[in-house]
This record gives sequence, structure tokens and C-alpha cells, in this order.
Amino acid sequence: MTKEELKSRLGELLPSATFEEGAEWTTIMVDPSAWKDIARQLRFTPGLDLDYLFCLSCVDWKTHFTMVYHLESTIHRHILVVKAKLDRSDPEIATVSDCWRTAEFHEREAYDLFGVRFTDHPDLRRLFMTEGWNGWPLRKDYEDPVNMIKL
Amino acid sequence: MDVGDHTRPGAEQFPRPADPFPGEVHPTAGGGIVISKLDEIINWARSNSLWPLVFGTSCCAIEMMSTAAAKYDWSRFGFEVARATPRQADVIVIAGTIVNKMAPVLKRLYDQMADPKYVIAMGACATSGGPFFYNTYSVVKGADHVIPVDVYIAGCPPRPEALLHALITLQEKIRSGATREQIKVEKPSRS
Repeated sequence: MTKEELKSRLGELLPSATFEEGAEWTTIMVDPSAWKDIARQLRFTPGLDLDYLFCLSCVDWKTHFTMVYHLESTIHRHILVVKAKLDRSDPEIATVSDCWRTAEFHEREAYDLFGVRFTDHPDLRRLFMTEGWNGWPLRKDYEDPVNMIKL
Repeated sequence: MDVGDHTRPGAEQFPRPADPFPGEVHPTAGGGIVISKLDEIINWARSNSLWPLVFGTSCCAIEMMSTAAAKYDWSRFGFEVARATPRQADVIVIAGTIVNKMAPVLKRLYDQMADPKYVIAMGACATSGGPFFYNTYSVVKGADHVIPVDVYIAGCPPRPEALLHALITLQEKIRSGATREQIKVEKPSRS
């Protein structure tokens, strides 16, 4: 599917989503509360078949968080980027580990380093940091007077 | 042909090796007697047969592999075979960043190595934390916080020549009896 075809297809499938222009890949912004249904649609709708989540990341913009999901279809070879804006004081979004199995560990990583809570995640605990670690190290306002030397 | 004869004409363009055998041959009838100190012979032998441990934690390890490979070939100086077990290794080259989670592993590897053992801190991360000195929650600011280090190399990462220089420096240190291991042995016992 070309970018234009993908865009028009998404426009009729997800009327609530907004497109973000100027990026290499087709990018849509979604509401985090609707993400669970949208993810299922993107994954299972015939013709879209975005069956491969090749990157899951979180960005700290200091005012809010953005979850970024990079999706690709191994059948049709089109790529879609989905972004969802999260509240920084209470970051919460539904898990997509039931749609893409790889998200289970990627979400654990995002939880570990940013403190994003993924609801209905089967095993949400720290991945890299030691058990009982205090705080979320990749947040911009993270302080660690024991291990960190501030410049 | 006597290859080792440096007195023959033309030999002056081939300088003597930096590590001549520590001793002299005392000629007697029917052969000769080698006169030397046992300690010096042991150090000489040890310095020319240092087996490194297969241990690399980041990009410095790529340079270390390059140093071991055909072009730079550290076997020329006696770093013959890298050992994949600390029980058979003499020297550990800390090739890369040591993070807080890796520190206990490094300590255990060092403890498992048999005496005499030597440590080379390769590159900026292993000497001081390097680019991860500031604003990092996870990096050990220098591997010498975990285990004692004999030779440090600057660079990020150091070139293979720099690693070879460090290895040869370690050999010189062993031959002169100045490594931490040797000083430890020479302390009077507590009995």
C-alpha cells in the first residue's frame, strides 16, 4: 500500500485520529483511551495487517510524555507510526502485548525507565534496573545524588 | 648459521630485542653455565606468556579483537591465546564501560583468576567512566573502583597500537617486578 492509500484507508477507519505531517513515515496521533481498540483494528483489519511492532518508545517532553509505536506490515510492506500523548503526572495507557507479543518486554522497559503504567499488562515489573530501585531514570527531572555527578 | 650472533658484520642495523634473557653465559670447557637470578627468569618467562581473558563490554572490545587478529597480531608479543575462562587467564583487559550491574561480575572474574594476575584498563570508560562520567546513574566511574589496575590506556577507543603499547608496558612492569601482584608477594608474612 502506498502512503496515500494508507492515509485514505486510515481516514475512513479511524475518523478520530489526526495525521502528523512532515515525517518520513505516515504518522497518526491517537487518544490514549482509545488506543486499545485502535491497536486491535490496525493489527487485524484485512488490508492493513500491521503485524510487526518494530519499535516502541517513550519521549519525555517535560510537559507531557509521548508513546511512539512503529508498526509495519510484513505482508504489504507499509509502515505506520502511532503517537499517543500521556499525562506526565499520571502516565497510563493500555498494553498492546496481546496484539504484538514483543510489546510485553518493550513495555516493561518503558515502565522501568519512564514509569509509564500499562494497564492489563501480564507482568509489569522492572526490566533493567535492580529490584527496589527508586525513581524513573530516563525522565528529564530524574535526580540520583548517590550515583550521578551533575555537570 | 648462528642467528643470534649480533657481532657479525651488518648486525648493527638489527637492534637487540628489548627483552634480552636476564642473565649471562659463563663459558667453561665443554659448554657454558648460565648465571642468573631465579626471580628474574620467572618474571621474564611470565612476561612473555600472558594469556588474556575473553572479556569485552563495549566498543573497546572491537579494537581488542582487531589487536588479536592478523593485522596487529598480539601473539607476536606472547599474548598467545585468549582464554574463555578466568581460571586459565593471566591478564584481564577491561575493554569497555563497566556499569553498576556489571561490577560484581567483573569482581568475580578477577577473583577467579589464578595468581599472578594483571589488569589493563583499556580506554576512557575503564579508566574514569569517560563520556559517562557526568549525568549517568548506571556507570562505574573507573574500573579501579572494583579491581586494582596495573596499566591504563587513554583513548575512546584506543587504537590497536595503543593496546599493544600497554601490553608491552605491562611486560616491562612484570620484568622489573613492579606490578601489584609482585609487590604483594614480597611483603613479609604474618607468621
